Amino acid sequence: MSGLRELYQEVIIDHSRQPRNFGVLLDANHHKEGFNPLCGDKLKLYVVEKNGVIEKMQFEGSGCAISVASASLMTEVMRGKTRAEVEAIFNDFHQLVTHGHNADVESRLGKLAVLAGVAEYPARVKCATLAWHTLKAAIADDPQAVSTE
Amino acid sequence: MMIDFMTLRADFPLLQQKNRGKPLVYLDSGATNQKPQSVIDAMNQYYISDNANIHRGVYELSERATYQYEKVRHDIKEFINAAHTEEIIFTAGTTAGINLVAQSYGRSKLKVLDEIIVSAMEHHSNIVPWQLLAEQVGANLRVVPITDNGEMDLEAYEKLFTARTKIVAIAHASNALGTINPLKQMIQIAHAHNVPVLVDGAQAFPHMPVDVQDLDCDFYTFSSHKAYGPTGVGVLYGKQKLLEKMPPYQGGGDMIESVTFARTTYSKLPFKFEAGTPNISGVIGFGAAIRYLQQVGMQNIAVHEAELLAYATQQLVTIPGLKIIGTAAEKVGVISFVLDGVHPHDIGTILDDHGIAVRAGHHCAMPVMERFNVPATVRASFGLYNTHADIDALVSGLKDVLRLFK
Ligand SMILES: Cc1ncc(COP(=O)(O)O)c(C=O)c1O
Repeated sequence: MSGLRELYQEVIIDHSRQPRNFGVLLDANHHKEGFNPLCGDKLKLYVVEKNGVIEKMQFEGSGCAISVASASLMTEVMRGKTRAEVEAIFNDFHQLVTHGHNADVESRLGKLAVLAGVAEYPARVKCATLAWHTLKAAIADDPQAVSTE
Repeated sequence: MMIDFMTLRADFPLLQQKNRGKPLVYLDSGATNQKPQSVIDAMNQYYISDNANIHRGVYELSERATYQYEKVRHDIKEFINAAHTEEIIFTAGTTAGINLVAQSYGRSKLKVLDEIIVSAMEHHSNIVPWQLLAEQVGANLRVVPITDNGEMDLEAYEKLFTARTKIVAIAHASNALGTINPLKQMIQIAHAHNVPVLVDGAQAFPHMPVDVQDLDCDFYTFSSHKAYGPTGVGVLYGKQKLLEKMPPYQGGGDMIESVTFARTTYSKLPFKFEAGTPNISGVIGFGAAIRYLQQVGMQNIAVHEAELLAYATQQLVTIPGLKIIGTAAEKVGVISFVLDGVHPHDIGTILDDHGIAVRAGHHCAMPVMERFNVPATVRASFGLYNTHADIDALVSGLKDVLRLFK
């Protein structure tokens, strides 16, 4: 598969077209806005956390296919995870999109591994990680809006 | 003289390379353009045989460097038809020229509640320096709206003038929309209200003949790197009678006549505004770029790029779901567009894979994006070395975008 076909594989196009867990969550106990000034990607992330476990997560916003698909996949994967698990997945994901294919990391990440192709396009790493940085700040209750710049 | 633009491509060594394994199709000349061999050679030659500080050495080498540097000033004066060589001030670029005028002219002339007119199609570098000035002196910014096809709303422009209007700052051509503004008319209107006009010429200077006396603009500023010269150099043209009255902007060497702790007197124009050792090799490289442009001929360049623009526009509109942002009657070779259901950033990445370099983003013109209600656009912008083949490659790349996002 060429780098480009890998980057824009069907799962990614599908999630960008029909993002899962899309929309406001009124009962969120954490929410946060993320912004990528370079391309204008913007998203709002809503998290319901109970007893240290992510019960639900939704987002809204607009952006490129990579940023929307990454946010959509993230909201699916994070459901039911503890804070420690969130941290571990974050680190694996970051490793994947900056360094590319790695069998161990990919097996731990499951379907998130479809984003491995991003590593070949350094300019797009910020798109893939926008939702993730926003999540980190949301559960840390960091009052500053997240910007990838 | 007939110019064969196909052969000019060979003058640009960088264009001979590949991008992601495909022949490079460079369509981002609006950001910066590529340099002909003659510019690269001139800068090399300067460092190999002529490097010395200027305006101070008594030895031959310094005289040679000074002569070359000052000759470029003279050549630029001729090139833009300024009345006097002292009206050509070397700067670090368009941005530096605008900041100079805002801080020197603006700060000495504007008072609380005075007004600055800019337009809604300005690059951030022709907005932010005026906002800084407005904050410093308590002045206000008034913004000329743009029409749906991306033209200046002249009626609204005229109505913005009040007794408090102190300066107008507008682009000759818009980097995000391509629009060429009716400068002469806008300048006449401003002058009828006794208001001077600064023109941001960054996107016009490399693409058409510019005659500052014919325009009757008060300041005109441009960058070398968008005009086939090196980065880090630009020119501010200003009318002598205005420049003479303006206080210095930066202090330092070269801009003084005498310094004592009691009193310092400043040099005459243009040196009053050129503090410190300038970018000598850059100016000399820019000089070579001007010679190159003169050989090709600005009128020839304008015709060639207008033809490319017409061809590109005609080809792009055949792509389903593509919408051009900025459809003014008069445009430079800039096409901004969006494609239904595909974000500009994704388009940029896919085109890159085809060897095509375009810009995807807000083009440092966020108010323009807001005006047209898009987060970003894809922008293809042309230089004299572009050909129909480049546009055909762009169209075929966009068809691949559609296939991927079908
Ligand atoms: C219309 C316009 N004005 C000003 C600038 C700033 O030029 P520079 O970055 O060379 O100072 C640009 C460059 O993108 C431009 O397109």
